Amino acid sequence: MVGTLFAILLYLATLLFVVGVLYRIRVYSRTPAPLKIPTTPAPINTGGVVLRMTREVLFFESLFKANLWTWGLGWLFHASLALVLLRHLRYFTEPVWSWVALIQPFGVYAGIAMLLGLAGLWVRRLFVERIRYISTPSDHLMLVLLMVIAASGLLMKFLAHTDVIAVKGFILGLMYFNWQPLPAHFGLYVHLFLVAVLLLIFPISKLLHAPGVFFSPSRNQADNPREKRHISAWAKQLDTSQLGPNDMGNAK
Amino acid sequence: MSATITAPAYRIIPIIPALKPGAMEDSKPFVANDKIQEALGFPGQLVEDWHDRAIARMGELLGKYRSLKVYMDACVHCGACSDKCHYFIGTQDPKNMPVARQDLLRSVYRRYFTLPGKFFPKLVGARDLTREVLDEWYTYFNQCSECRRCSVFCPYGIDTAEVTMAAREILDCVGYGQKYSNEIIGKVHRIGNNLGLPGPALLDTLEGLEEDVKEGTGIDVRFPLDVKGAEVLLITPSADFFAEPHIDSLIGYAKVFHATGTSWTLSSMASEAGNFGMFIGNYEQLRKIAMRIREAALELGVKRIIVGECGHAWRVAYSFWNTLTGVGDGADANDRFAMMLQKQLDHRYKQPMHICEFTWDMIEQGALSFDKEANDKHIITFHDSCNVARGSRMGNFAGGQFEIPRNIIKAVANNFVEMPSSTTREQTFCCGGGGGLLTDDLLDLRVKGALPRMEVLQQVVDEHGVNFMACICAICKAQFTKVMPIYGFDRRMIGGVHQLVSNAIRLDNK
Ligand code: HEM
Ligand code: SF4
Ligand code: SF4
Repeated sequence: MVGTLFAILLYLATLLFVVGVLYRIRVYSRTPAPLKIPTTPAPINTGGVVLRMTREVLFFESLFKANLWTWGLGWLFHASLALVLLRHLRYFTEPVWSWVALIQPFGVYAGIAMLLGLAGLWVRRLFVERIRYISTPSDHLMLVLLMVIAASGLLMKFLAHTDVIAVKGFILGLMYFNWQPLPAHFGLYVHLFLVAVLLLIFPISKLLHAPGVFFSPSRNQADNPREKRHISAWAKQLDTSQLGPNDMGNAK
Repeated sequence: MSATITAPAYRIIPIIPALKPGAMEDSKPFVANDKIQEALGFPGQLVEDWHDRAIARMGELLGKYRSLKVYMDACVHCGACSDKCHYFIGTQDPKNMPVARQDLLRSVYRRYFTLPGKFFPKLVGARDLTREVLDEWYTYFNQCSECRRCSVFCPYGIDTAEVTMAAREILDCVGYGQKYSNEIIGKVHRIGNNLGLPGPALLDTLEGLEEDVKEGTGIDVRFPLDVKGAEVLLITPSADFFAEPHIDSLIGYAKVFHATGTSWTLSSMASEAGNFGMFIGNYEQLRKIAMRIREAALELGVKRIIVGECGHAWRVAYSFWNTLTGVGDGADANDRFAMMLQKQLDHRYKQPMHICEFTWDMIEQGALSFDKEANDKHIITFHDSCNVARGSRMGNFAGGQFEIPRNIIKAVANNFVEMPSSTTREQTFCCGGGGGLLTDDLLDLRVKGALPRMEVLQQVVDEHGVNFMACICAICKAQFTKVMPIYGFDRRMIGGVHQLVSNAIRLDNK
């Protein structure tokens, strides 16, 4: 019974997550950027832009310049999150890919590091006057949500073990439409429920920073406005309306 | 008014200031009257259905500008930008933290354009657009100089300047415009420049300058106006024609052209490099003002376009002119609008070019020589202007906008000192008067916003005896001339790079 409810919830959450994020990406990619506004000094060609973006996404370069504490805690959290997510691939693959097997032990430490990073970020949000001022309730809740997800996961690893083989069976069952029972385990219920919540809010919250960063014109544009005319469709129409009948003749 | 305005105290150690909520809630510039508004096609005063119109305009802007759309969604409230704004540092008002400034608009965006904001406004900090919120927009979006310092530090590059521009555009559309900027834009359209200097007066001024230079140097340095067939069209801020110290840089450009034998001209139609259309975030105005340059270039048949010392004007020229008017290179062959001009221009040179690029090229080619000793009375530092630093480039490589002006200074003077690196180059602080805030009704804000720059200037004055701060921006020059005395500095400490060039250039060996 509970297994069925979870199956429905996870299907729904995954569907809304995928559709929601794809929809957002579509909106971002279709919204024109009419003017060249890279924050300079900026790379002067596409290769350079790819490097800049890579540095931003992998190392949070700008944040590093801004504030070492936020950078350290934020990077610890995200890098750990990435490792933890990769570690979770073992629940989705059979046989488990060898590199996924290899990172399993690191994944466990990453779980702890993630919790520490999140806790640090929350302390900052609670006690640094400026950050508290700009925080909305959802900012706090988001951190709590992630911390509870991480904590419930670690709990199952270290204290109240669950039957991970059965969990894997349940997940593979969802993937191949060959449904299997979910082990009854309170920690697991909490963990899975909150992951579903996370998936659901992802496309309608500030978590959009993950796809958003790639579409930020101040970071993804090359600095070459003098070399190449950059013009959006709606701005182009103004040009055409400007060309009088004589101009057309001249320019031909 | 100015009698009551005093400079804030320097911070002993540059710590992040404690918050003083509401400290600047009464700082508002004068509202534009109906004559000023209507001249730009905006409603004369606040329209009755301002609420609906504002939301509708916000929706349109979200569809037209990816920057606004992504910036509204992506902010995680990490606070990396929160201590980076000179207005926050100088005023301690938390709403002058870049993220808090964005949130004034974002809260309304969330309420009307996102699901959580529609259903759980309190949870995500969403607010209805009320009259109080609208007034708050007017107050605090007129306390941002669109300097982009915050965007350097944001992990997603969120640029509060873009948000401020959008907010000002919405305010203009509902009839709640700012007097200073909109009045100036009216003048550009009516008279041709921001200062309202008509063509005949300009001619007089230029003739006067020729006489002055002749008296000073004994040499006939020309200041040509509307000369068809000249090689170079110089577009410069109108303050260069008579404000101090701006005019000394204009003399510097003329001497460089003279010494290199370059034929050049000013244009009475396009006697203004400044483009306040950017400040108010209105694409049509931005474009219309820029079109004057295109028209002047076509009419005069020039081969090159060079821009004088003006920060935001250089951003518009460098980053936007090619888009707006086709002044530049690399238009498609079937782009007839841009091709009309691009066929005429000489593409062996960058189009448009900054006067510093021109002068530095000439120095590198050995076409200019200097008596550096003429500048020995100065111990010089350089203030990077925000729009040049973070919204444009010079030369062929990223960061040329920092190197080239410095190279020129070092080529024409012996004593050069840098201010601390956390306040120069891409991390430079705005002078406090940019972005359409250079008006006396905002003087208190301007003085406070200058604090971070004044602190480090004091430092190099104390440590190195600096007595001259060079820059390449008409607004910086005007702002510092006004606020430096309030901080106890001599107003003549601020000046242009080409003022230094002018002091040292040799005119007789050609
Ligand atoms: C392209 C991938 C991503 C990039 C480049 C990225 C980058 C960042 C950066 C630079 C910050 C600000 C620093 C900080 O507070 O940690 C941040 C904050 C945050 N990120 Fe990400 N992120 C990514 C993906 C994700 C994902 C997948 C999640 C969660 C499922 C996430 C959750 C968060 C949260 C909750 C915060 C706010 C932390 C706080 O409240 O202080 N991020 N992210
Ligand atoms: S653009 Fe400049 S003035 Fe505006 S919020 Fe950012 S740092 Fe402050
Ligand atoms: S640095 Fe960027 S993401 Fe962080 S609070 Fe400021 S605007 Fe938001």
